[in-house]
Amino acid sequence: MRIRCPHCGERDAQEFGYLGDATKRRPDGPGASAEAMFDYVYLRNNPAGPHREFWHHGAGCRTWLVVTRDTRTHEILAVADARAAAQGDGGDGR
Amino acid sequence: MRYSALALLAEAFRGNAAREPVWREPEPKPAYDVVIVGGGGGGLATAYYLAKVHGLANVAVLEKGWLGSGNIGRNTTIIRSNYLLPGNIPFYEWSMKLWEGLEQDFNYNAMVSQRGVLNLYHSDAQRDAYARRGNAMRLHGVDAELLDRDGVRALAPFLDFENGRFPIRGGLLQRRGGTARHDAVAWGFARGADRRGVDLIQNCEVTGIRIEAGRVKGVETSRGFIGAGKVGLAVAGSTTKLADMAGLRLPIESHVLQAFVSEGLKPAIDCVVTFGSGHFYISQSDKGGLVFGGDLDGYNSYAQRGNLPTIEDVMECGMAIWPGLGRLRVLRHWGGVMDMTMDGSPIIDRTPVEGLYLNAGWCYGGFKATPASGWCFAHLIGRDEPHPAAAALRLDRFATGHVIDERGAGAQPNLQ
Ligand SMILES: Cc1cc2nc3c(=O)[nH]c(=O)nc-3n(C[C@H](O)[C@H](O)[C@H](O)COP(=O)(O)OP(=O)(O)OC[C@H]3O[C@@H](n4cnc5c(N)ncnc54)[C@H](O)[C@@H]3O)c2cc1C
Ligand SMILES: [Zn+2]
Repeated sequence: MRIRCPHCGERDAQEFGYLGDATKRRPDGPGASAEAMFDYVYLRNNPAGPHREFWHHGAGCRTWLVVTRDTRTHEILAVADARAAAQGDGGDGR
Repeated sequence: MRYSALALLAEAFRGNAAREPVWREPEPKPAYDVVIVGGGGGGLATAYYLAKVHGLANVAVLEKGWLGSGNIGRNTTIIRSNYLLPGNIPFYEWSMKLWEGLEQDFNYNAMVSQRGVLNLYHSDAQRDAYARRGNAMRLHGVDAELLDRDGVRALAPFLDFENGRFPIRGGLLQRRGGTARHDAVAWGFARGADRRGVDLIQNCEVTGIRIEAGRVKGVETSRGFIGAGKVGLAVAGSTTKLADMAGLRLPIESHVLQAFVSEGLKPAIDCVVTFGSGHFYISQSDKGGLVFGGDLDGYNSYAQRGNLPTIEDVMECGMAIWPGLGRLRVLRHWGGVMDMTMDGSPIIDRTPVEGLYLNAGWCYGGFKATPASGWCFAHLIGRDEPHPAAAALRLDRFATGHVIDERGAGAQPNLQ
């Protein structure tokens, strides 16, 4: 499996660390309900198909990335900077 | 036919004339009292104990492929009950007790071999952690022995005791742990269930769960609708796919775990050995191949195959404790899809849908659990109350804060 880092080009997956589901958003502030925190910490959609997930290019540029990958085939469909994803462009470079 | 040495001898003289298929291939009936989804270790054991212990025989096991095509036929066959936390120890020890009488009970040779499981430690801190674990086990009536370096040397003299980074200082030994023949466990439970009237239906994929007014009514399958009073899910890596059909969201991710077998050797290692400074475990099959594995690949996957970085990591870990492995060739390797929970412990519980029961979250440790998984799930379905040994394995423990985080890794499934 290789990931095309927007900064370093196509690199072996071994250079990256995995954090998991990138669709979760931490509920805002101490006022967040217990249910919302439970959902954020524990529940996952776990799709068999395209999955948006965080990878960290630890042995490269050290950027956090949002990778869209098919969990059935490991095919990588899109890669974007996590920062761009967080700023609302959908994270797949759109 | 009941299997015995005498029956074997008699059949040899009769040219195996009485030889028969080990189980029937029935057509599905329109409805059953209980439908179990998933013909792996958990599902088959559940059906067996439903029939044997709870007298329920109007039961079907629906399997999308062939019996034992999932993780029960893909694991590294290690059985043990060397757990630390109160919610886990009684459950895994109950499983170990069932293993000890299993072959007589279901009249099938599952090659259960209590050859010992030895966890190596490499530092003072790790020795203390293993002493604590061993004490927790003994407090629960489980056998555990803390060995020093000479104790380990007596068991496995070929290990690299003087390794510069990971010197071996001793180990925690559970002598009652060991291995069993994984396929034979599935076949033994399948045969036992079939003989008691359970319908084992292969090539029957569940594609939907019919629910009316909050109550389960049956399942849609590739072979048509099958009605059911109760439905039990035991589909391991496919758990969230089935949960989606019932509108349930779960604290589970699917991850790939790989395993490896070397070319055959003469007897070399007569117990299970695990590395303490990385994730690596090894034993030898009766055919002679070394069977070993290590960490999950670490990313969500339904692919049943992994990638090379993990293979490299497993080989490096192996070389760190047993440099002689470098002279061997790997014969084959494969992957299985693990149902990883957010605390690394399983779930045997009811669901919010009436009549729908869940057996899931086996992570990479569900083979050793097979007998107790079936026993406790059958108890839950048959009596509609949790078995005491599995009472902590609740679905709501994540919401209530009663997680059983054996590894202390937090809600990070790829680190469990
Ligand atoms: C490489 C590897 C090594 C392992 N090593 C060990 C070990 O040493 N010790 C240990 O204790 N555990 C180990 N495990 C874990 C253990 O194998 C699993 O936790 C356990 O087998 C899971 O329970 P099961 O047997 O019921 O699952 P499975 O055998 O996977 O059964 C689930 C069944 O459900 C079926 N299914 C799925 N979806 C559907 C559907 N829609 N309709 C009908 N049927 C369906 C599947 O085809 C499958 O047969 C290992 C696993 C792997 C992959
Ligand atoms: Zn990079």
